[in-house]
Amino acid sequence: MRYLPHTPEDVDAMLKAVGADSVDDLFESIPVDCRRKHPLRLPESLSEWELNDHIDTLGADMAVSPDYRIFMGAGSYAHHIPAVVSYLLGRSEFATAYTPYQPEMSQGTLQAIFEYQTLTARLLGMKVANASQYDGASALAEAVLMAMRISRRKKQVAVSRAIHPHYRRVLETYLAPTDYEIVPLPYLPGGVTDLDPLDTMDDLAAVAVQSPNFFGCIENIETAAQRAHDKQALCIAAFSEPLAYGLLKNPGSQGADIACGEGQSMGIAPSFGGPALGMFATRMKYVRSMPGRIVGQTVDTDGRRGFVLTLATREQHIRREKATSNICTNNSLCALAAAMYMATLGKTGIRELARLNYDRCEYLKAELRDAGFTLPFEQSTFNEFVVDFGKNFEKTHSRLAADNIIAGLSLEKYYPELSGHYLLCVTEMLTKDDIDRLVSAVR
Amino acid sequence: MTEYPGTTGLILNEPLLWEKGKQGRSGFSLPRRDVAPQPLSETLAGDGPDFPQLSEVDVVRHYTRLSQWNFGVDTGMYPLGSCTMKYNPKTNERQAAQPGLARAHPMLDDDLCQGSLLLMYDLERFLVEITGMDAATLQPAAGAHGELAGMLIFYAYHKSRNAPRSKIIVPDTAHGTNPASAALCGYRPVPIKSSDQGVLTPEAVAAVMDEQTAGIMVTNPNTLGLFEENIRKIADIVHAKGGLVYGDGANMNAIMGIVHMGQIGIDVLHLNLHKTFSTPHGGGGPGAGPVCVLKHLEPFLPVPRVIKENGRYRLSEDFEYSIGRLHAFYGNVGVLVKAYSYILSMGAENLKKASQLAVLNANYIKERLKDTFHLAYDRPCMHECVFSDKLQQPYKVTTLDIVKRLMDYGFHPPTIYFPLVVPGALMIEPTETEAKEDIDLFIESLKSIAAEARDNPELLHAAPTGCRRKRLDETTAARKPILTG
Amino acid sequence: MKDVSELSFPDDFRYAESHEWARAEGDTVKVGISDYAQDQLGDIVFVELPETGESFDKGTEFGTVESVKAVSELYMPVGGEIVAVNSALEDAPEQVNNNPFSEGWMIEVKPQDTSELDALMDKEAYLTSLKG
Repeated sequence: MRYLPHTPEDVDAMLKAVGADSVDDLFESIPVDCRRKHPLRLPESLSEWELNDHIDTLGADMAVSPDYRIFMGAGSYAHHIPAVVSYLLGRSEFATAYTPYQPEMSQGTLQAIFEYQTLTARLLGMKVANASQYDGASALAEAVLMAMRISRRKKQVAVSRAIHPHYRRVLETYLAPTDYEIVPLPYLPGGVTDLDPLDTMDDLAAVAVQSPNFFGCIENIETAAQRAHDKQALCIAAFSEPLAYGLLKNPGSQGADIACGEGQSMGIAPSFGGPALGMFATRMKYVRSMPGRIVGQTVDTDGRRGFVLTLATREQHIRREKATSNICTNNSLCALAAAMYMATLGKTGIRELARLNYDRCEYLKAELRDAGFTLPFEQSTFNEFVVDFGKNFEKTHSRLAADNIIAGLSLEKYYPELSGHYLLCVTEMLTKDDIDRLVSAVR
Repeated sequence: MTEYPGTTGLILNEPLLWEKGKQGRSGFSLPRRDVAPQPLSETLAGDGPDFPQLSEVDVVRHYTRLSQWNFGVDTGMYPLGSCTMKYNPKTNERQAAQPGLARAHPMLDDDLCQGSLLLMYDLERFLVEITGMDAATLQPAAGAHGELAGMLIFYAYHKSRNAPRSKIIVPDTAHGTNPASAALCGYRPVPIKSSDQGVLTPEAVAAVMDEQTAGIMVTNPNTLGLFEENIRKIADIVHAKGGLVYGDGANMNAIMGIVHMGQIGIDVLHLNLHKTFSTPHGGGGPGAGPVCVLKHLEPFLPVPRVIKENGRYRLSEDFEYSIGRLHAFYGNVGVLVKAYSYILSMGAENLKKASQLAVLNANYIKERLKDTFHLAYDRPCMHECVFSDKLQQPYKVTTLDIVKRLMDYGFHPPTIYFPLVVPGALMIEPTETEAKEDIDLFIESLKSIAAEARDNPELLHAAPTGCRRKRLDETTAARKPILTG
Repeated sequence: MKDVSELSFPDDFRYAESHEWARAEGDTVKVGISDYAQDQLGDIVFVELPETGESFDKGTEFGTVESVKAVSELYMPVGGEIVAVNSALEDAPEQVNNNPFSEGWMIEVKPQDTSELDALMDKEAYLTSLKG
C-alpha cells in the first residue's frame, strides 16, 4: 500500500527496539472479549485507476451544470469559482495543516484567517467576525444561544418563518433540550416578516430574520432591529446569499447585533450541501460572548507583526462545560476560499457581479410576468423569487427536468399554503438564452 | 553529522491584503452582460463592502507567500497527539473535485442525485462495519458536532422513556468538547479520575453512577494513548442504572480491524473522518464527525437519512423519534467523498495494517525516548505516548521551550499541556504514515534538544529562531484585542 | 512562578482560602486577589465583574479572572451588596498583576454581616496555609 512506508525490515527492527516479538503483542492490553473475531468485510481495495472510474461513474449519475440548467438556489448557489481560488486553495501547506495552535509555524493560516475576519466584517458591516463555523444553519443556532447568554434570564426567541426552513429545523434541534421557546413570526402578503407579534412578547431575548429571506425578499432589518431593541432584545440577521451585500445595505449598517449565515456563495463548490461556511459577526461589545475561534494581531519578541488564536478562554478546551459553544474546529479552508474569492472580486468586482445577478433575475421575473404568471410577493428580491406556476405544474416540472432544465424548487413541502408555488433562482451562471429557454418552456 | 530537516530558507515578506492594491484593479473575470440594468429601489441599495482592489497576480503572490509560512503534513512530520496527522492522499482530492459530485445541488429530486446518495449509503455501511455498530449518520460536520448529536440522542432516548436525567460522567482525561457538548443538552458533567494506571476503574464509575445520570462519555483508546481495558465492566455498571455509554472515537485510528466497538458496551460512537480516515484538516476544518449507534438508538438518528429501495436511493425524513436536523443539508459531503475514497483505496487488510503500524510507531518512539523524557505511564501504549518536562525542570526548561526548539529542527511540535492529568504533557502521535528514518530523525532531534536543555538552555528559551516569526505575545493579543484590520 | 517568600502580603488585609483579599474601608469592604493568586494565574488579560447593586452571599461566585489560557472564578470573601467595581480593570487588567493590593482591587462590598470579615484568615494564617 503506497501510504504505508514500512518495509518488513523496518517492522522487525522497530519490534526489536520495542522488545516485542510480533505486532500483535502490542495489542495485549486489549481484553480478548473486546477484539474482533472476524476480519473486516469491505470491498477489495481499488487501484487509483479503478477508483477514478468508480467515482466518475457516480459523478455521471448526478444532474449538474453545464448539462443541466438549474434555476434553483434555496441555500446553495452556483457561482463561478475563479481558477485562482481553486488553485491556491489546493496549496497543501494550507490544506494539510492542523488548527494553528503553534503560531510561529502557522502564520500563513493565521494571517489568512485574520484577513477573512476583516473582509467578512466589512461585508456584513460589523466590527468583529469569528474564524467561521460549520454552515449557515449552525451559525444561526449558535447566534440564538449567544443571544440567550447575553440576555441572561430571558427565554423567548422570535424566529421569522421566512428564514430557510432547514435552518429553523436545525435551530429546533439545538434548542430541544433547553427551556427556550421559539415563537414563529409569520410572513406578510408582501413576502416579508410580520413583526407585530413582538408587541405581545414579554420575555424576548432575540428576534431572528433573514435577508434576503428564503423567498428572496429583502427584509427591513432596520425596523426589525428597532423593534428588538425596544424590547431590550438582540436582532439576529441571518442570510444564505451574502453576495447580496455587494449591492444592498448590509446588516450591520441597519442595526443588527449579530449577522450570521451561509458563505458558500463566496467561492465554495456546492458539493451536495457541504462543506460550506458559517459566517458569524457581531458588535465588539459582545465579542466575549461570541462562539468560535478568533485570530488576533500581536507582535513577536522582535516587535514584528504576527497573528495568534486569541480570546481562547471563551472556548471548550479551557472553559469546558461553561464554554460559549462546544465548537472546536471552524471551517478554516472554506473561510480561506471565501477570503480568496473576496480578494479576487475586490470592491468593484463584487458590486458588478451582484448587479449582474440582480439584473438577470429581474429579467426572468419580467419575462414570467409577461408570460402571464403571478409573482405573489411584492417586495424587492435578490437572486431568488417565488412564482405561482399553478397546482398542475408538477408534470411540467418533471418534463423540463427530463429536458435538463430544473424549474425551481416546489415550496409545498415547506409551506403547505404555497402549493403550486416555486422558488426560482438566477445567478451569473445562467445566461439570457438560458432564461429565455426556461420561459418559453413553461409558457 | 546528522542533517535535520529544519533550515532557514528564504521566506518572503507579504503585507495584509488591504495594504496592497490600487484603485481600479480587479482580479475577477465577469461574464458578458446580456441583459439591461434593471431598476433598484434606492432605499435598498448599499455602498458595497470596502474590499481591497487587487490584480490576479497580487492575489496569487499573496496566498502563495502565506502558504510558505505554514507547515502541513505535506511539509513534514506533524506528530500532534490526539489529532492523527496522517498523510492526506492526493487521489482523494481528485475524487472530491469530480464535477458531478462537486457541483451537485443539494435540493434536487433524489432521482437526479443517485451518485452522491449511493456514496453516502455505502459509506455509512463501511463505517458500521469498521466500528461494529449497527447504524450511522454522516450529518455532523465535525467531531464536536458528532458529540452534540450523541448527547441529543442520549437526551431523546431518556425522554422517550419518560425519565429525563441531569448528569453525565466525564473522565478527567476527556477532550474539552465532551463536557461542553453535554452541557448544551443540559447535562451537568460529573468528573471522575483515572487510576494510577491511566485508565478508568469500574469502582470509580460505580461510585458516581446513579439513576439521575444519563450515562458516561469515554474516549477509547483514551487521550493518554491507553486502551480502557475495563470498558465492558464500566458499561455494565452504567447500563444497570439505565444509563448509556458514549464512545468518543477520536482515536479509532489505533484499533481498526482489531476492536469490535459494537460489543464492548458502547451505545453511541462518533468518528473523526479528518483523523482516522485521512481527510485533510485544512488548518482547522472542514472535518466530518459521523455518529454510529447500536440498533436500539437508531430511531433517534438525525434526519434526513439515506434509504435504499429497489436498487434506488432516496432521502427520508420519516422517523418519528429522530432528534431532527443538525446541518443545513446532509453534512460535509465533500469530506465524505475523501473518506470513502480512502476506505476503498485501503481495503480491509490495509486499514488493519494502518492501525498496527500506528501503534508500532508510537511504541517505538516511547521506548527510544523514555530515558530522555519522563514517561507519564510506563506501559505499552496504543497510537500515542505521553511524556512530560519533569526531567528538564531542573534546567528551568519547560515543555513549551522544548517544542519551540523542535520547530528549528524542522518538525511540528506534539500536542502540549494535554491531557490535563499530566502536568507539562508532551503528547506524541506519529501515525502510521511516517517512515522509520523520519521517526529516527525526530527522536534524534528530541534527544539533541534534551542535551541542549542541560548544556545551553538559552537556546530553548529563545526558540524558535528559524520560523518567520519568533515567539508571539499572546498576552497583549488577549488584553488589547485587534481582531480586524 | 515565584516562591512564597518572594511575594508580598500586607498586614492589614484579610484573606480567603480561595485567595481573595478583603479590607474594611469605613462601612464597606474592598476585595481583590492576593499576590500569590495573581502570580499563579500569570498575565491576567481580562476581569469580569458584576454590576453595582447586585448582591451575593459569602463564598458565591461574583466574577472571573482570565489569563491567556485559564479562567478562574472569583468568590465573595464576605457577603453583601456590590457598591462599586473597579472599571479601570476593563482597559488595564494588568493592574491585578502589578498592584494586586491597590490599583488591582476588584469590588467594593457593603457587607451584610461584618463578622464574616473577622472570620477570614490574617496574614500569618494565610502564609501558613500557602506553605502547608
